Amino acid sequence: MPRATPHAWFSSPADAATRLEATGYLTDRTTATTAHLAGALEKPLLIEGPAGVGKTELAKAVAKATGAELVRLQCYEGLDEARALYEWNYKKQLLRIQAAGSQEWSSTHDDIFTEEFLLTRPLLTAIRRAEPTVLLIDEVDKTDVEVEGLLLEVLSDFQVTIPELGTLAAVRRPFVVLTSNATRELSEAVKRRCLYLYLDYPDAERERDIVLSQVPGIDDRIAGQLVDMVGRMRDLDLKKSPSIAETIDWARTLIALEINDLDEAAVESTLGVVLKHASDHARAVRELKLRR
Amino acid sequence: MSEQPPGTGSGLLARHIGFLEALREAGLSVSLAEGLDAVSAASVLGWESRELFRTGYAATLVKRQSQRPTFEALFDLYFPRLLGDGVDAGDWEDEHGLRDSADALAEFRERLAAALAGAAEGTEPGPADGEPDAGSGQEPSALLDLAVEAVARFGEMPGRSPGQSGWSAYTTLRRVTPQDLVARIVTALQARGRSKDEAERGAARRIGAFSRMVEEDARRRIAAQRDPADIARLTVRPTVDRLEFTSARRADLEEMRRQLYPLSRRLAARLTKERHAQRRGTLDFRRTVRASMSTGGVPLTTHHRPKRPHRTELVVLCDVSGSVANFAQFTLMLVFALREQFTKVRAFTFVDDVHEVTDAFRPGADPGEVMAQLAARAAHASRFGRTNYGQAFARFAELHSDALGPKASLLILGDARSNYSDLGEDALRGLAQAARQGWWLNPEHRRNWGTGDSAAQVYGEIVPMFECRNLNQLGEFVHDLV
Repeated sequence: MPRATPHAWFSSPADAATRLEATGYLTDRTTATTAHLAGALEKPLLIEGPAGVGKTELAKAVAKATGAELVRLQCYEGLDEARALYEWNYKKQLLRIQAAGSQEWSSTHDDIFTEEFLLTRPLLTAIRRAEPTVLLIDEVDKTDVEVEGLLLEVLSDFQVTIPELGTLAAVRRPFVVLTSNATRELSEAVKRRCLYLYLDYPDAERERDIVLSQVPGIDDRIAGQLVDMVGRMRDLDLKKSPSIAETIDWARTLIALEINDLDEAAVESTLGVVLKHASDHARAVRELKLRR
Repeated sequence: MSEQPPGTGSGLLARHIGFLEALREAGLSVSLAEGLDAVSAASVLGWESRELFRTGYAATLVKRQSQRPTFEALFDLYFPRLLGDGVDAGDWEDEHGLRDSADALAEFRERLAAALAGAAEGTEPGPADGEPDAGSGQEPSALLDLAVEAVARFGEMPGRSPGQSGWSAYTTLRRVTPQDLVARIVTALQARGRSKDEAERGAARRIGAFSRMVEEDARRRIAAQRDPADIARLTVRPTVDRLEFTSARRADLEEMRRQLYPLSRRLAARLTKERHAQRRGTLDFRRTVRASMSTGGVPLTTHHRPKRPHRTELVVLCDVSGSVANFAQFTLMLVFALREQFTKVRAFTFVDDVHEVTDAFRPGADPGEVMAQLAARAAHASRFGRTNYGQAFARFAELHSDALGPKASLLILGDARSNYSDLGEDALRGLAQAARQGWWLNPEHRRNWGTGDSAAQVYGEIVPMFECRNLNQLGEFVHDLV
């Protein structure tokens, strides 16, 4: 079923790659292709992967690259309809009822369920915007299962049903990005409606490019050493492997401490920036033979 | 549908449908809608590049990273990278028109060693282990080309008639013997500043990756001659969380061990969440009334008192004799990873004697080390080395009866195969009565219970017995347990 709609987001995978790169987000081919697909098929994009590999950043980069506005819904345990979708402004409604005085109830009733008393939350906001919008639903695995049910209507039909007002359909379909750390398996229903992208640790070359672009003033050689060392640590079967975010932190640390060569002493003294578990720390020291 | 998907006439649609069928058979839940999405994705991306095509399919069909290897294997079967030797295959015949000769083999191994040792500076095969690198979407092509060549030259098995010849990965690997190249690769890696352990691991991984490529290529060649669905059914291995403990290879065990920590984290997250969901206890009247002040005395939201969590004490008793040791260790590790969920966990291992191993699990200890330690200490649990459940239960009752009590639950791990020795039902009954409740996890398929020397049915009447053959089932059980 080829769609006739013009590609509002990216025109091709290569276009996606160049435009994302222009915002400082370096992609690989899979990521660029999938981002392009998500735009072209107008389907939500579910991104999974270890913490700190740039899942949220990708959504931000898409917004930046396409000049769209980012609407963000941060998920947490206990998030409910009232925080995600919409809420009636009860206090204002109460005031309105009290101020109505001798007014007929039926007209008051019609009055208090109007848009004036509607508080839109991220999901509804994103749907009602006429300008290009990127909707980021962050850490969707943190929510309760019921919220997923709530997402279904939004993700598949891009509409929200409010009993008192009727169904509000999207003026313009947003580019939806869901991120998940996979602490919980999402329901099949949600997954079925999404495209799926697994973001993994980048290969050495790309990681070096990322470090060079994110940390100004770092030496090319030391960035190479850094990335090499992080790659070795990822091979070690640690509790928490260092991610890109940690590589960048490490690079910034080295600059702040004015370390110009990543020798063993330097690695050992700054290891706390990358490894956050005592057992990982011990293991790295032992396996990489940092202390002789 | 008025509009026909492109390529209907070329059999592509049949391929697509067959591919979806194979995915479903391999345990991926691919819905009709996702199949349609895959076709739309393909028509958006075009049909020129196999890589793009693969990415489109992966994004629309595979919604779980653990299923990715299965997808890759099936994709290579249904949409092979090349047919036969490929169009731009090199000239592999020597002056006598032979592809396979001693000289050719020596020369080939030389090139292979160079490729493996070099394995492209910087683009080391990552943790994805030589699978066509999911991250970059590019295939490590030099090694792959060598694998194709290896099968073409050294892996052909003459068939009964021309055109029926088969391809064998086994023959290829036996001829090429990449294992013998380990020393050279290790030296090359060490020269690049890797420590010895790392170099050895790296070499093993590269050779493993090459062997897998050879296997895949042989499979691809066979699939070209036969129905890919048959090949898929025979050769594609189940995903790691559905793999049986008892039939796992060493590499699989390694992978399973890696899955344990994330699994325990997932379970813990799920448990806390569920606990919070049921946290609403009795109505907290005072807080509800206070909160209603801001809405003019109308209690719009109610407040509840938290419920007191209920935690169990757990005593784990595991059989560590050869056949089930892996299973027992996995279960122990998982239980200990979740130990915050229990008030207390004590673990004992047995073969025909009992040995306490609780102290092996220090908080924050490294799983690999714990595993090694457990294996090393298995010797303490045996006197004659033959599994004897009856004796083990009796010894446990004699030495550690203080562990059980009205607050403790008993968890027994083992295949209930007791070498036809005395079963000691009474000892077990005594233990089961002393504990608040008991479970038995058996890594064997339910249909094998009670066959041969298995006493599963006898024991199952005393302690409820559950089948636990893979990580999935284990995760589910531990979740229900807590």
